[in-house]
Amino acid sequence: MNPAVTDLGELVGREYKEGFVTDIEADTLPPGLDEDVIRFLSAKKDEPDFVLEWRLDAFRRWQNMKQPNWAQVRHAPIDFQAISYYSAPKSDADRPKSLDEIDPKLLETYDKLGIPLEEQKALAGIAVDAVFDSVSVATTFKDKLAKIGVIFCPLSEALANHPDLVRQYLGSVVPAADNFYAALNSAVFTEGSFVYIPKGVRCPMELSTYFRINALNTGQFERTLIIADEGSYVSYLEGCTAPMRDENQLHAAVVELVALKDAQIKYSTVQNWYPGDEEGRGGIYNFVTKRGVCRGDNAKISWTQVETGSAITWKYPSVLLEGDSSVGEFYSVALTNHCQQADTGTKMVHIGRNTSSTIISKGISAGRGQNAYRGLVKVLKGAETARNYSQCDSLLMGDRCGAHTFPYLEVKNPTATIEHEATTSKIGEDQLFYCRQRGLSEEDAVSLIVNGFCKEVFRELPMEFAVEAQKLLSISLEGAVG
Amino acid sequence: MSEGAANVAAYVAAQREQAPALPAFGTPSLDASRAQALESLSQLGLPSQRDEDWKYTSTRAITRAAFTPAVAGAPCPREFVSQTTIDGLDAWRLVFADGFWQPELSLLDDLPNGVQISGLGQSLGSEPQRIAALLGSALGQTPHGFIAMNSAFIGDGALIEIAPGTRVDKPIELLFISGCSGEGFLSLPRNLVVMGAGSQAAVIERHVSLADERLLSNSVSELILADNASLNYQSVQQVAPRGFHVGGMFARLGRSARLQATTVTMSGALVRNDALVNLDDEGGFASLDGLYLAFGRSHVDNHTHITHNAPHCVSREHYKGVLGDRGHAVFHGRIVVQPGAQKTDSVQNNQNLLLSADAEVDTKPQLEIYADDVKCAHGATVGQLDETAVFYLMSRGIDRQAARRMLTQAFAADVLNRIELPALRSYLEAQAAQRLSPEQIRESES
Repeated sequence: MNPAVTDLGELVGREYKEGFVTDIEADTLPPGLDEDVIRFLSAKKDEPDFVLEWRLDAFRRWQNMKQPNWAQVRHAPIDFQAISYYSAPKSDADRPKSLDEIDPKLLETYDKLGIPLEEQKALAGIAVDAVFDSVSVATTFKDKLAKIGVIFCPLSEALANHPDLVRQYLGSVVPAADNFYAALNSAVFTEGSFVYIPKGVRCPMELSTYFRINALNTGQFERTLIIADEGSYVSYLEGCTAPMRDENQLHAAVVELVALKDAQIKYSTVQNWYPGDEEGRGGIYNFVTKRGVCRGDNAKISWTQVETGSAITWKYPSVLLEGDSSVGEFYSVALTNHCQQADTGTKMVHIGRNTSSTIISKGISAGRGQNAYRGLVKVLKGAETARNYSQCDSLLMGDRCGAHTFPYLEVKNPTATIEHEATTSKIGEDQLFYCRQRGLSEEDAVSLIVNGFCKEVFRELPMEFAVEAQKLLSISLEGAVG
Repeated sequence: MSEGAANVAAYVAAQREQAPALPAFGTPSLDASRAQALESLSQLGLPSQRDEDWKYTSTRAITRAAFTPAVAGAPCPREFVSQTTIDGLDAWRLVFADGFWQPELSLLDDLPNGVQISGLGQSLGSEPQRIAALLGSALGQTPHGFIAMNSAFIGDGALIEIAPGTRVDKPIELLFISGCSGEGFLSLPRNLVVMGAGSQAAVIERHVSLADERLLSNSVSELILADNASLNYQSVQQVAPRGFHVGGMFARLGRSARLQATTVTMSGALVRNDALVNLDDEGGFASLDGLYLAFGRSHVDNHTHITHNAPHCVSREHYKGVLGDRGHAVFHGRIVVQPGAQKTDSVQNNQNLLLSADAEVDTKPQLEIYADDVKCAHGATVGQLDETAVFYLMSRGIDRQAARRMLTQAFAADVLNRIELPALRSYLEAQAAQRLSPEQIRESES
């Protein structure tokens, strides 16, 4: 926390720290979407034919789909023809071979974000695949990973170098026409990461991608595909920041995880995209489809997310527990302040025997924020002795915010044990009083209580992320109490 | 005409035909509200699984063939009424045959001052303006087509009016018998309970079937509680295995009013209960309890919706279900705390016990909160009998079947124990014990 800021009002009104626009000439497509745009995208990337076909199929189905309206969020209708579907840094032709060749302005951007690549490398041995708008400009630690057989590269590169592997898994978890935004993504996805961990390999470092949205008016449509082969382990970090702007931006990503027998995937997200100003102008629309499948026995997928940004978040990281004794986990902190709206949660589908899942969701609403947890726990008939524990807690700050819980439990097997608990309450006056009485300032007291409230989730984050997450909460939330 | 409207055409036509014969026809306000309900019925249609509130409940068995709205005059055997009565229950009783009041079968002797109990149709005949003004006031928006259908046919049912400050010592029992007109008929009773300020009463609403036939009862009860009124409202559904029941309870609570409602569903092919409570003024208290037993091919759907419109109100919900065979239960609990309803204290609980491999539970406990100084919690569980508890009882010399039965009955008793009327409680306990017989709770071979 910034010690210079003592006035509560100042804290509430604090400006988005990461807001700035880096001026790089972008090779941008005019707004609009039709089959030609998709052909252009595909040609631009030299994609194999099957990808183009797949994109067109998704696009045709998307045209017949309706924008979903069931979520507890309100926004003006989105004009999909007003969005530009491609934007890439100009230096695309001659890609940088090392950090030295990277546009200094880009490096400056990262510096402002506090994530200089060099430092990141040195700090925790993280291979950073920084995505600047739509084209990856730097990939590090590739060689080291290649030695043990780990493939970690932009999806476009994977399509060129490992088409069979991508073809086998792309869309196998989130089908092309899964939902409105996933279909849109399938049609126009431009970048994203591809990870393949071979049999029995424990990925020695945490893989990380920083996404940024930069050029004005371009939606970003990432597609991430992670495959953990038998007995392997990978931890993947995703972190996001975006520059300040006035128009709403659409972000519709798709993340697919496949964990085969005995494999483990840990996927962590810290999301602090621009949430719009105090009156709700601007901000990112974040409509994401994230789903993992435990395809083999004893597989495990764990989602951890800290959602503090975006004007609207619409995100349900899910796990399909197909393999026997497979495990799904979901840990989430979602924070809404000012006019932010979040409708987030998870789906755990128990298909195999002895499967278990844990859901811990912490929602914090402040200002006029609306925060909804929406989750599904489904136990199919064959899922003997399935086990689920869900806990959804909400913390309210201010009398104009809202916290909502919409859990769905569907149980078709009598041997299942399903528990769901949820509580909603105001930040405890007695706790605040106690802290104040011990000499803590009000802001520090709130910070302490909120961090304690979120501890169960932060505990699941990798170290560096946990630090960032706590900082984020400090910035975007504490001042909201008064 | 939309698809939804197609499945109500028969009912719309029947209403047009019957309307002139309905009580108080020609009273402008009532005619208008019936016409309006008919309009929303044809627009809404009967719900399907595409409606979020009916996601887990298929109405196809009801919409497959239209029912004929029953008309007054069907005979109701006196022996059946005496067989159906609850032993030891000293109550004023109103009996309804397919939704129509049967004064000769009812017990309304020595009503004290300040207590008015009668058939709604009769009262509409004598004071159409006053009664028509009260109807629909607790309903609010029409949640689905069945409710609209009931409102379009408003004719008979029970009218209970308790004067301010009156305390009624005897419970009032409403016994609805469907099937008097024969198979394929539909009864549409509408009940209205008006509690004056500071009054107290207990009401039992029971729905039974004369025979195991394809029948539908679509009942709506409106409860209006003035300041400091206290109402105990027990509703019991003992619908035949082939019978359908769709019921709605709509309550509006004034300042410091108190509503304690219990819904017990013993049987029925499809039973759907909507309970909608509005806490309109400070200090209101609403407690909704429920027990549902779904065996055979029974489908039980409980929808509750409590809205906290004012500060300092308390709501409690406690629903429990036991499912066996191919039983399917749905619970949807919604608690809404409106802006400004500070100091709300709300707890919602749903617990389900699955006894067979083919049973299914779908539960959606929901909280929607727009105020900050509140205490809200909800919980839901689905599980089976605790093996360690079974083992404990077996170690004390009780055989496995008896142990399972004992634990299952204890699970159900948790809700029944909250019923304040001793005669009703022991009657329901006996009924539940019968439903939870050894063959019902036998272990599935898995």
